[in-house]
Amino acid sequence: MADDKKFAGFVCTGCGIGDRLDAGQLEMTATRDGKMQSCVQHEMLCNKEGVQLIRDTIDNDGATHIMIAACSRRAKVEAFSFPDVAMSRANLREGVIWSRPDTDEARETTQEMADDYIRMACAEVKFMTKPTPSGEQELNKNILVVGGGVTGMTAALETAAAGFKVHLVEKTGALGGWAAKWHKRIPYRAAAAGVSNGTNVDLPLPIDNNVGEMIAAVEASDKITVHLNSTVTKTSGAPGRFSADITTESGSTATENFGAIVQASGWKAFDPSALAYLGSSNADVVTNVELEALANEAGDGPIKRPSDGKEVKSVVFVQNAGQASKEEGHLPYHSGIGDLISIKQALYFKDQNGKDCDTTILFDNLRTPGAAGEDFYRSGQQQMVIFSKGKVSEVTSSGSGATVNFKDLILNEDVKLDADLVVLDLGMVPNSGPNPYAVTDALEQLPYEERDKKLAEVEKQVAEASVSIESILNLDYRQGTDLPHLVNGFTDSHFICFPYETRRSGIYAAGPVRRPMDIKQAQDDATGAAMKAIQAAVNAGQGSAAHPRVGDLSYPKFRKEGCTQCKRCTVECPFGAINEDEQRYPMFNESRCRRCGTCMGACPVRVISFENYSIDSVGQQIKNVDIPDEFDEKPRILVLACENDAYPALDQAAMSGQEISAWARVIPVRCLGSVSLSWITDSMNSGYDGIVMMGCQRGKDYQCHFVRGSTMAAERMMKVGDTLQTLNLEPERVVVHEVAITDIERAPRLIKEMEEVIEKVGMSPFKF
Amino acid sequence: MSDMNTAMVEKYRNSFLKEVEANVEEGEWVKMCMQCGVCSGSCPLGPHWAHPPQEIFMMIRAGKREEVLASDSMWMCTSCYNCIVRCPRELPITHIMHGLATYAKKLGLVPKGQATAEFSQIFWNNMMKKGRVNELKLGLSLYFKDGFGQGIKNAMANQKLGMNMMKAKRMSAAEFFGGHGIKDVSGLQKMIKKAEEIEAAKLEANK
Repeated sequence: MADDKKFAGFVCTGCGIGDRLDAGQLEMTATRDGKMQSCVQHEMLCNKEGVQLIRDTIDNDGATHIMIAACSRRAKVEAFSFPDVAMSRANLREGVIWSRPDTDEARETTQEMADDYIRMACAEVKFMTKPTPSGEQELNKNILVVGGGVTGMTAALETAAAGFKVHLVEKTGALGGWAAKWHKRIPYRAAAAGVSNGTNVDLPLPIDNNVGEMIAAVEASDKITVHLNSTVTKTSGAPGRFSADITTESGSTATENFGAIVQASGWKAFDPSALAYLGSSNADVVTNVELEALANEAGDGPIKRPSDGKEVKSVVFVQNAGQASKEEGHLPYHSGIGDLISIKQALYFKDQNGKDCDTTILFDNLRTPGAAGEDFYRSGQQQMVIFSKGKVSEVTSSGSGATVNFKDLILNEDVKLDADLVVLDLGMVPNSGPNPYAVTDALEQLPYEERDKKLAEVEKQVAEASVSIESILNLDYRQGTDLPHLVNGFTDSHFICFPYETRRSGIYAAGPVRRPMDIKQAQDDATGAAMKAIQAAVNAGQGSAAHPRVGDLSYPKFRKEGCTQCKRCTVECPFGAINEDEQRYPMFNESRCRRCGTCMGACPVRVISFENYSIDSVGQQIKNVDIPDEFDEKPRILVLACENDAYPALDQAAMSGQEISAWARVIPVRCLGSVSLSWITDSMNSGYDGIVMMGCQRGKDYQCHFVRGSTMAAERMMKVGDTLQTLNLEPERVVVHEVAITDIERAPRLIKEMEEVIEKVGMSPFKF
Repeated sequence: MSDMNTAMVEKYRNSFLKEVEANVEEGEWVKMCMQCGVCSGSCPLGPHWAHPPQEIFMMIRAGKREEVLASDSMWMCTSCYNCIVRCPRELPITHIMHGLATYAKKLGLVPKGQATAEFSQIFWNNMMKKGRVNELKLGLSLYFKDGFGQGIKNAMANQKLGMNMMKAKRMSAAEFFGGHGIKDVSGLQKMIKKAEEIEAAKLEANK
């Protein structure tokens, strides 16, 4: 193959590059140092003529590897799209001229910077090959939806509408889930524009429950196969080639193949047994779920209380019962929609028990999310529902009915309120399977030194806690049977960038298993997840990655003969993409892989690489920077910046006129998790004075696009100080920062800080 | 406690909110208060009253009938309208305050010696006689409202102000003897009487 490689370089002189830099010298650097077989200049490479120039070089001269020195690799992506060759880009615009002052003194260092970026891009492209898809799987237009509630049914209907076939698996004997039991629905439309405040204006009211229509639509669809009384007893494979065993209650099993999976296993009601102080043993104290049953029983007539069947004339809603509380047996989070539910239920009473039925909602912090939110609250006020800010201390009973003791938080005094019926607002608990990473997550809460000591104890606790939890998907993955949790049993999601994404590629969580939500939100959620599932199936069929590297055809390859079977890649892969084969070598499931390279960064013997991203493709960039000798007073700072947030932040900084240190050489990495320790030691050995690594925020509120990449990187870098000390170098020469895409002022400052560190500790002694 | 008050207590027993809704001018708006507190923060006299409007509305909902109606809060409103302008729910707060004051007066629950209430009564009586305010008599009756001795003291204390007003022709001593009125005083009085009848009938129906 090596003989077939033909390298061509292109230097753009547009956007002021030609005015600020000596283009002739850049061209010479590319051909002499970068060993490009040809290199041409063009005054505007991204226009039609420039693109045609590149195209002609590929088509007529047979160039297989091209180096484009122009703007940032994030700019002009559509123009510079040559999927049939390997390509690297030198960032001369944002990376050099826009981030350096246009002064005579800066001219020399700016030119040096540009020359280095050209050398780096040339070195990179030499170690790249054009990615070819593995062809591991074909397009599979079947989607598995687990859960037959509103979320599952919506996902199924939306998937079917897009022309894909669906298998809908429901554990119980009927579709509809919880929502089918509701008397009425929370309205999902706000008041018309311009509806003012007033006591007699048209505001949204509870609407009829249309779950029945949805069930009928699912049953009528010829693209949806419904499996009632069934569970998924085994799921194996990867996006595009999932295989699931669907077992009915009677024991018969059908095996089907799927392109992607939507898990819509919903929620269960919080168990109120820990709420004895709220009178949960009193018959006239009901939960908001039980009230729906009472309302259904009443039909359109007045709602009666359970103890003696008396028509309810006064009702008190206790909001936030046992939620967002640190107490034993309570829910640590707030379900968020309980206030909407209570307004809805209060309006049942106003509608069915008469306008003079006293309805009081005792809230702590009233929130009404969703389209009708604030208008629905106004609607409650209009109907004379009393909203009172109070903290309930106790619900007592004497005879029938109940007495609510609460502290009125506005009048700041203790008040008693008698009611025929008390309704407790209980939280929603996600219906997830056991968390495969429960032990790891629990250990991460502990200080580093204690983790080994407490391992056995933590394992025991986790085993006890998860013994009663049934697995939903029964994944046949090395990493565990279910979707990893983020917090409180809710599945993962990168809530800003990809809300439906879980840590298992091709499996999408939707509905209240992801976070508490009402019918409308669950339907929106299900639609989104269905679209993502279709996308995953299609991507898998093309052999390209899922979010965020959509379109990337490369996949990890490894040299078996070098592998020591240390299993770090299988453990550290955030997506469970790597299994072990019979001989305990890693086995990559290409379509589960998101191409972050965390495995590559983890591998101590450097046997894992991608066709277009490898230890060498970055290592050579590092080595091809010209390091001036110690007495030149020109330090070199290596910046490894995550391409998702930190690198764009630096680009943005340049666009907004921020100055970036002339000593910095920025190399984009796919994720900080892909950073190999060998890059750090190599660069230190070759004379860099400092290294700044920029990844995304890690931890519980992580922003890492690959979930755990930056966590893994931070863990590995903890030990880097020791390595530096063996080299007789100061540990402060290497720093890791968490950078957000908005940190456009901070990111250049972090590099500047490294400049100051170098000034203090002196230049590296490793320059030759 | 007046008969009417007893009747109202009986009728609305637990729901002061409903009572306010039915009997206080603009009272139906009270339930639309969302307790944001912007009114209380906007009120220039806020720190000087017992209960700012937000609190009054909350007390109404909490059924604190006696405390609300016997409060001096609604009497402290100077009608600057800051609260109405700023209320995000567009509640007519100023009007509700005046409505509450009127209602409290009708029930006979105004605290004895409430200065604003007394002044209002004096003003009303004065104005009803001739259809316009006789400033000299208004001033005098205000001076002497707490007895003759106090009246003389008040008059002495404000002597200079009174003389200046005379000099500037803002007040005329001649007004003491009758003073001038509007053209059709009896017509006005008839109108007011009719309005009072309508209002009384409304209240009676509510009893």
